[in-house]
Amino acid sequence: MTTVAVKPATMAQALTRAMRDAMAADPSVHVMGEDVGTLGGVFRVTDGLAKEFGEDRCTDTPLAEAGILGTAVGMAMYGLRPVVEMQFDAFAYPAFEQLLSHVAKMRNRTRGKMPLPITIRVPYGGGIGGVEHHSDSSEAYYMATPGLHVVTPATVADAYGLLRAAIASDDPVVFLEPKRLYWSKDSWNPEEPATVEPIGRAVVRRSGRSATLITYGPSVPVCLEAAEAARSEGWDLEVVDLRSLVPFDDETVCASVRRTGRAVVVHESGGFGGPGGEIAARVTERCFHHLEAPVLRVAGFDLPYPPPMLERHHLPGVDRILDAVGRLQWEAES
Amino acid sequence: MTVMEQRGAYRPTPPPAWQPRTDPAPLLPDAEPYRVLGTEAAAGADPELLRRLYAELVKGRRYNAQATALTKQGRLAVYPSSTGQEACEVAAALVLEERDWLFPSYRDTLAVVARGVDPVEALTLLRGDWHTGYDPCEHRVAPLSTPLATQLPHAVGLAHAARLKGDDVVALAMVGDGGTSEGDFHEALNFAAVWQAPVVFLVQNNGFAISVPLAKQTAAPSLAHKAVGYGMPGRLVDGNDAAAVHEVLAAAVRRAREGGGPTLVEAITYRVEAHTNADDATRYRGDAEVETWKQHDPIALLERELTERGLLDETGVERARQDAETMAAALRAHMNQDAALDPMDLFAHVYAEPTPQLVEQREQLRAELAAEAEPEGAQ
Repeated sequence: MTTVAVKPATMAQALTRAMRDAMAADPSVHVMGEDVGTLGGVFRVTDGLAKEFGEDRCTDTPLAEAGILGTAVGMAMYGLRPVVEMQFDAFAYPAFEQLLSHVAKMRNRTRGKMPLPITIRVPYGGGIGGVEHHSDSSEAYYMATPGLHVVTPATVADAYGLLRAAIASDDPVVFLEPKRLYWSKDSWNPEEPATVEPIGRAVVRRSGRSATLITYGPSVPVCLEAAEAARSEGWDLEVVDLRSLVPFDDETVCASVRRTGRAVVVHESGGFGGPGGEIAARVTERCFHHLEAPVLRVAGFDLPYPPPMLERHHLPGVDRILDAVGRLQWEAES
Repeated sequence: MTVMEQRGAYRPTPPPAWQPRTDPAPLLPDAEPYRVLGTEAAAGADPELLRRLYAELVKGRRYNAQATALTKQGRLAVYPSSTGQEACEVAAALVLEERDWLFPSYRDTLAVVARGVDPVEALTLLRGDWHTGYDPCEHRVAPLSTPLATQLPHAVGLAHAARLKGDDVVALAMVGDGGTSEGDFHEALNFAAVWQAPVVFLVQNNGFAISVPLAKQTAAPSLAHKAVGYGMPGRLVDGNDAAAVHEVLAAAVRRAREGGGPTLVEAITYRVEAHTNADDATRYRGDAEVETWKQHDPIALLERELTERGLLDETGVERARQDAETMAAALRAHMNQDAALDPMDLFAHVYAEPTPQLVEQREQLRAELAAEAEPEGAQ
């Protein structure tokens, strides 16, 4: 038996492949955004799509995010399946009125007569040394908007599987791409038929008995690293990768917390009004009698995203996560 | 080489030749709003079309009056009347083919009804039993859009998608003078022109954005002039002249259909009523101004033309009035029945499949409703 060495793909390449496969399978899939055509996107995630499918299928739009999403709404009304790229997290804000007032509500407003199958890809989060307006964690805004699905991959395989699922969904999906993981590689094999992951299911990335780290997107690798480091402290940490913020997988999260009895939520987004508050409340409401300690949060500080030379002090790191784990009232056990 | 020596060696060449990318002259609107009624152009107007416009205008005026009355009776939550603007409302609906799409704003219920949507379904939003009462795809009428100008990029996207699919479909999008200040107005017109999308933008300049007059809204020579900056033609029309509005819109629709791209039409009209029943127009404008506009009434203008040309007699006027009364009576009868409401509908159309969280909340409401239905004191 011979094994063929497959060059591992990056998350960016897996995302490209997902769009390419979706476009090949369904002529109604259209990619649109700023610089997505000739250039292939500022992160090259749409590389080659305009060349392969033509500029009518992968379109360089004028530079106007509300216009991009607004016209995508009209295209979806006519039966197309637009995949919109917002160039950066903080550049997506001009499109919020279209997103909140139309994209999220159209199915509901029309009693299901006019669903909008739009995928909105948003590179988000920090850690790449970006200057201001290039590193926001905007997921809480999307989560707070009923009618949207909010999804974020942490692995190369999930980037492919979740983006295929997002494009196939008949509901609008905000697809948050952790931009610092664009160049990450893992065991996903682009030559293998890839699986489409269901939206709404979390996954246990690392099994453990002592406590659960609940996290998503860019913080998943950080939590896995923290879990490895925690072994020397005698803690065996479980890491749950949410993958989907909306719908939220209470079942997987709570099953883990009931096993371990302790939980820390980890994300880059600010803590106050951030996703961690909702997650901690849900876990407490459902697992109160299994908890040995309050659910803690390790989040970005509640401040505008810092300049690149200071961002490492802001982002949740291994030490801050381990500090939180250390505060989970272990003495109560002895 | 020193800097000075470099400068000496520098041989400037002119940059690539510049020229305007399109000739702006044909895009400019005329100095005066285009008029048909009472002018020589009227002789060329199709008598059948004029009669049809008249019948619809009379019905439209009655619809506005009936809806306003229903508001006072508590049967509608609110009604933004288009009284005085019926010519624009009716012409916008009649100018389209069945396969075309209409994108109305919240004041355009009349256009929606003139397009063929059931008058009761068209009022669902304002009655408050749901948001959109009609099936947009069945009538090719987008939901009435309350956030100003946000429906314009939808029209552009839909027209663009239709063209990509090779379908002969034009989108007509309606917006008011206030809406032209919104960013979405700008972005929609820009996208439409860049994509050469088959779309027509109809701005009803009715003088006011709630209380704010046009002078505080824009410094442009006219709203139609804004078209030039996008590279599309701007057209100015008397918005109370139904024949003129229809003719200008028909030309724009034809142009879009033939691949000529988008057109911006500004119709000069006047909002005779207050913004809605909840507004007090006396706080920001005088009766004299309103009276002046009432002397340029769209129904009276058309009626005079038809009468003078012998196309309408007293019997015809009476028949139009009777038809309008019949419509109003039917509307009253429907609206005086309580709307059928099912609270469980709240959860039915948030997503294709409800999330687990919504399933929990739905069951919570179901239990609350069951408890409410229990007779008093029952165990």
